[in-house]
Amino acid sequence: MHGSRSRFLTIMISLGMAFFYIPMILLVIYSFNYSKLVPVWGGWSTRWYKVLFESADVWNAVSLSLKIAFVNATFATILGTLSALAMVRFGRFKGRTLFGGMLVAPLVMPEIITGLSLLVLFISMQQLFGWPSERGFTTITIAHITFSLAYVAVTVQARLTGMGEDLEEAAADLGAKPFKVLTAITLPRLTPALASGWLLAFTLSLDDLVIASFVTGPGANTLPILIFSRIRLGLRPDINALATMIILTVAVCVALAALIMYRQHKRDLLDQQMAKRGDS
Amino acid sequence: MTSVPDNMPNDKQVSIGKRLSRMAQSNWRAIIVFIPYVWLLLFFLLPFFIVAKISLAELQISSPPFSDMIEWTDSGIMTIRLVFDNYLYIISDNLYFDTYVNSLKISVTSTILCLLFGYPIAYGIVRSGPTVKPLLLFAIILPFWTSFLLRVYAWMGLLSDQGTINNLLIRLGIIDDPIRMLYTEFAVYVGIVYTYMPFMILPLYANMEKLDISLNEAAADLGSRPTNTFFKVTLPLTIPGIIAGSLLVFIPATGEYVIPDLLGGGNVQMIGRVLYNEFARNTDWPVAASVAIVLLFLLVLPIIVFQYYQGKASERS
Repeated sequence: MHGSRSRFLTIMISLGMAFFYIPMILLVIYSFNYSKLVPVWGGWSTRWYKVLFESADVWNAVSLSLKIAFVNATFATILGTLSALAMVRFGRFKGRTLFGGMLVAPLVMPEIITGLSLLVLFISMQQLFGWPSERGFTTITIAHITFSLAYVAVTVQARLTGMGEDLEEAAADLGAKPFKVLTAITLPRLTPALASGWLLAFTLSLDDLVIASFVTGPGANTLPILIFSRIRLGLRPDINALATMIILTVAVCVALAALIMYRQHKRDLLDQQMAKRGDS
Repeated sequence: MTSVPDNMPNDKQVSIGKRLSRMAQSNWRAIIVFIPYVWLLLFFLLPFFIVAKISLAELQISSPPFSDMIEWTDSGIMTIRLVFDNYLYIISDNLYFDTYVNSLKISVTSTILCLLFGYPIAYGIVRSGPTVKPLLLFAIILPFWTSFLLRVYAWMGLLSDQGTINNLLIRLGIIDDPIRMLYTEFAVYVGIVYTYMPFMILPLYANMEKLDISLNEAAADLGSRPTNTFFKVTLPLTIPGIIAGSLLVFIPATGEYVIPDLLGGGNVQMIGRVLYNEFARNTDWPVAASVAIVLLFLLVLPIIVFQYYQGKASERS
């Protein structure tokens, strides 16, 4: 199905891309607007970036969000990988259907329900055991791990089914114990999926507003909570500046990741060519 | 690797270490399943039961603000109180009923809109050349990595009374006074379609990518026109992708809170917003919990269908 695109499809793609990207481009342009009223153009200026960098609230929120995202991504990758191994490599076990259901449900569950239910859980736990004594970093991180691990599990499951069991079987035939096979063969081969799972969990955590709003306590504002409380009342030029900074950061990270993947791809091609030459 | 170093301090430690490692060797599979299983039972499944319990309680002025389900009378008899008043209240109150209907209307319509625009985009990407295809796919995935909240915010700037669209239309002389777009149902539709479109396109793309072009060629050889071939061959084969994409848009859109709040203002009632307000502003937890349980019941069937297709897809690949 290559290169046989009709004019209708080309038009739809162009419209789609315009629809996706024009709002973001305008968001960036208006961040350089001098005027306090966002849509009224008052000439180019970087004054809102200065306002942004001098705001302690913003920096506190950024630092809290990054901390949560980092811890969340690490735990979600571990738990998600364990879940994926159980689902793909362990055959049938007791309670597999329930486990599979609990792994897929967070992907589609409305955030508002997840948020509400986790909050009532934390409050019940606090009454019964006195823990968590206050809501904030810990409760948000636990909530994020719970839905992030499902995304990691899907990513790792896809890779596990895709790479087959040939090498594992070969290692077992050569006398490797199952645990050794797991640590020496399966996990190293999963590295790319683990990396993308970690990144996905990191981003999901940085992006979450609704669940964090439910399970946070007084004083613990993540970046989305801070942004939301400001834009509820209307457009704000400093939020445009913040949005631009976020878009810029994402763009740089994505470009770096693409570069690394491209280099890896080229090295793989080179290896394959060398291997071919070696054969002949 | 398995040999024990001979300079171990004493025999007892060695045996404990050995026993532990033997336990890990034989039970590691159980441990691997156990950890995430317990996590999900505790932090995903159990909370729903607590919400269900609260939905059957009464509002009380206490902390937390609801009555206990189990009470002990003076004579030591346990009584269980289930209060169905919250559900009766939701069903009899027009506000809630209308809000559920309105949420479903908005999410169904948005899903159809996403399908109508997303389908040709996904099909176009599949049909693109090998150099353009990964770039287009990348362009669809990229918004995922930027903030959802800021993508909604971008539309506030476009749709407001003095926003970019109104400015442009006035300058072009098409209208004299700004059209009210922000804080209307129209804005909510735009917001949902904008933010959820990739969830429609990606499953469709994954499904279409596997289609066999020779089927289309065979149909053409037998004299079928392209439109006819599309409706008789391509469309039926992409139904799994359509179902997966539609559910990925429909289910979260029904409970959406941020978009109706930011783009709909107070003018668009959706159940996610009502739930949040009931909970945060009125602090009526029993009613909020009942609203959540009813929403879950509305979505349970689509969620099961989605799980079924997800399971089938992972078995096939």
